[in-house]
Amino acid sequence: MQYKVLIVDDSKLARMVMGSAFRRIRPDWSLVETANADEALAAISSSAVDIALIDFNMPGIDGLELVARIRKTHPGMPVAVVSANVQNEIIGRARDLNAGFIPKPLTDDALAAFLSGAALRLKKMAP
Amino acid sequence: MSPARQLEADSLTEIEQDALAEIANMGVSRAANNLRQMVGEQVLLSVPSVKIVTREKASKLVERNNASKLVAVQQSFAGPFSGRALLIFPEAQSLELVRSIVGDQHSLEDVIDLEQEALAETGNIILNGCLATIANVLHRTMRMSLPSIVRGDGATLFEIEGPDSGGQFVLFLYIDFNIKKRDVHGFIALLMDLPSIAALKEIVNDFISAIEKQPSGHVG
Repeated sequence: MQYKVLIVDDSKLARMVMGSAFRRIRPDWSLVETANADEALAAISSSAVDIALIDFNMPGIDGLELVARIRKTHPGMPVAVVSANVQNEIIGRARDLNAGFIPKPLTDDALAAFLSGAALRLKKMAP
Repeated sequence: MSPARQLEADSLTEIEQDALAEIANMGVSRAANNLRQMVGEQVLLSVPSVKIVTREKASKLVERNNASKLVAVQQSFAGPFSGRALLIFPEAQSLELVRSIVGDQHSLEDVIDLEQEALAETGNIILNGCLATIANVLHRTMRMSLPSIVRGDGATLFEIEGPDSGGQFVLFLYIDFNIKKRDVHGFIALLMDLPSIAALKEIVNDFISAIEKQPSGHVG
């Protein structure tokens, strides 16, 4: 099964890093990139996004607030907050929103583990 | 500055200094580890130094052994104590740092294009690693701003041009880093103002008494 993954990060460099790791791990899945929460919400409502990887520290709506908004319409979507802000409080808030947490700098192992878990969850949810 | 404030600044005890240096060390080690992962090479660190100095003195300290043209990624933090964290290095080395992060396969034009962007994200990852670790160690929560980039000499970086601010006392924590195989070295610096130091002192003392209650007394 191939899935569509959304990357949300205001940093172009961070999107490049995530994108290249993603293509190494899941070369057959597709990728959508956005630079902020508004673009991300638009992408989710207009295209069939399956999984989202979301930066925390962004101008405007931050990553956790974005996850909260996504949860209103997509309670089961596999989502991870990707951040160097490894404060227990941030990780706890991600968990409360039923989202994963992937620390920056991003490693292939951490991303691969999250994507495998996400694929499994989507398979279970599929009718 | 009131005499009371001055007294407060001077009254950091030896154990408080030690504890602060140790906490800073944990934060900065995490930051160095993040940097190491990003550049894929060993990063050497100096022993962290904790000082209460004027802003002016702090700005001179970062210029020491450095060209006066510096570039810094800075992030403000706020919580039980607040201040600014800076990742500082000589401006001449900023392209080399970016190149070591985006990889040598990129052309010089690409590297120049990406410079601001890459510096901001690098600073964000390094400084967040440092601050988040400190917050976790102290069981507190801190809010961090988006990263911004400042270029100039030490005085510009530490904003000492304002009225009286050059003489203002700050808590200055810094550590040198050196990317072994590249000609890149720099500083990570934390700057806190005096009301924050009082709050920090209290938190550090909680940290110290928690350690004293542990049978092993192990800190790092």
